[in-house]
Amino acid sequence: MTRSNIALLVLVAAVAALPLFGGAYALRLGTIACLYAVLALSWNVVGGLAGYPSFATAAFFGYGAYAAGVLLGHGWPLWAAVAFAALSALVGAAALGAVLLRLRGHYFAIASLSLAEVLRELVNNATDLTGGGMGLNIPLAAGSGVMAEATFFFFAMWGVLLATALMAIVVGGSKLGFALACIRQNETASSMVGLNTTLYKAAAFGLSACFVGAAGGIYAAWVHYIDPSDVFDILYSVKPIVMALMGGLGSPLGVACGAFLYLGLEEVVWRNYIQIHTGVLGLLIVLLLLFLPHGLSSLRADRLWRRAKHV
Amino acid sequence: MQAAQILINALVLGCLYACIAIGFSLVWGVLNVINLIHGSFIVLGAYLAFGLYNALHVPPWYAVIVAAPLFFVLGYLLQRLLLNRVITAPVLVTLTLTFGLDLILNNAMIYFFKADYRKLTLTPSLGSVSILDVVVPVDRLIATAAALALTGLLYLLLRRSRIGRAIVAVRLDRDAAVLMGVNVPSIYAIAFGLGAALAGCAGVLMALIFPISPLTSSAYLGKAFVVCVLGGLGSVSGALAGGLLLALVEGVGSTFFGPSHATTLSFVLLIVFLVLRPQGLVGRKGFE
Repeated sequence: MTRSNIALLVLVAAVAALPLFGGAYALRLGTIACLYAVLALSWNVVGGLAGYPSFATAAFFGYGAYAAGVLLGHGWPLWAAVAFAALSALVGAAALGAVLLRLRGHYFAIASLSLAEVLRELVNNATDLTGGGMGLNIPLAAGSGVMAEATFFFFAMWGVLLATALMAIVVGGSKLGFALACIRQNETASSMVGLNTTLYKAAAFGLSACFVGAAGGIYAAWVHYIDPSDVFDILYSVKPIVMALMGGLGSPLGVACGAFLYLGLEEVVWRNYIQIHTGVLGLLIVLLLLFLPHGLSSLRADRLWRRAKHV
Repeated sequence: MQAAQILINALVLGCLYACIAIGFSLVWGVLNVINLIHGSFIVLGAYLAFGLYNALHVPPWYAVIVAAPLFFVLGYLLQRLLLNRVITAPVLVTLTLTFGLDLILNNAMIYFFKADYRKLTLTPSLGSVSILDVVVPVDRLIATAAALALTGLLYLLLRRSRIGRAIVAVRLDRDAAVLMGVNVPSIYAIAFGLGAALAGCAGVLMALIFPISPLTSSAYLGKAFVVCVLGGLGSVSGALAGGLLLALVEGVGSTFFGPSHATTLSFVLLIVFLVLRPQGLVGRKGFE
């Protein structure tokens, strides 16, 4: 186990200590922090390791939320609904990935982007099952207090984060991670030397969907009400990318740090500039890409004073 | 007779879709950048037409003359000052940068113009013409004619002028174009400016027909995506073919499955095309 992986686990463990500082606000923020880290770490498998610009996170998230939401409405217990959402997202995304990941560059980006649009429209139109544009109410769990419920959902989301972090560490050290790095560097060459690129890409896409689906399921149970324009919001696809760019692509520790940092910034912007918060977010993205192209790692002292080179 | 009406509607709408997509396709083809700010440019153009008509009573078909140079300068500067700095970076970076710019512009529009839907209403109204049982509103007809004129103008520019030849040369082979003495950064900026100008003009024409709101920008962007993929990148004929096909599919789809399924149908078509024929209807393979 490398130092950065240990640091990642320590970081995740540190998040779990948040309820000690109490308060409903800390719990809400902590739950969202776990959610964001799950999204960013999952995206990193296909976007950072394999280098495919995936915009499908919103599709997986919304799918998980609706799958779990509908099942909870039919009286399934939470763990079963979330497990079903995660497993079906894994299988479905792997099957879709085998087809979609044949596309490269812009074409893949658009196909993954339109995945969320298609799912959103389907959910919108399947009014009998999902409530359509009216949204879906998810029954409250009976008999627990507000704080107890908040704590419960925090730890549920944290559990998903822990699983995602372990997945990221295992993938990074495994043959799959090595294969994905090969695909990122030169896909044609790696398939020439006998790497089954379709298999590995499908596996990566599936893994990037699985935990996002689970997080979506827990989110649905947590907020009790979901509607298509909320959970299929394109921002769920873009935010993980910004987080990963902030922390530095590819490294799970960097991506997790990026997620927490992003949440902090978002919270500050949201609190102070509610009317222009998406504009400030956009400004942040532009500045980040122009001045910190390698994320926080470009903030090292020796790089600060060197002028950026442009080809 | 219903079939004739569907066909005419698709023809009218298809030309407008082509006009929406053509600037997007130019930027994508020449700069290899997916310009996510395109939809917001279109909406900004629509607001320009709305403002000009309500304040100065300039009808939208003249507003095009104002919009084109304004948006050209805006796009030119944006590319020169911001996009050019990351133009050699991977897909993800340019895509995310234009997304950030789009967030800024869209939020600015919501802030200044509010998210309410507005409608440019011409007084007196232009009415509609009907031949046999086929009815077409006159304002739609004007918008279509203007859209076709813009498309033809771009085609002539790319075919006949020196700058147009240089743009096509950069699109075909960047390195060879450099060796022939083409100033590539300048061509990039001009192509982006042209893309923005076309978006602005398309927006002015959309104001004649559709309600105006910052919230509609993603719908325009989605149409531009689909048209580009259906028709093939970077060519004027591709955008026209893609626009007509999309309008036809939407028209037939809404008639048989209901209008709420039209978007789903168009995106399913998009994915099918991406997987089976990524070069589009009139594109050539390996030419991207």
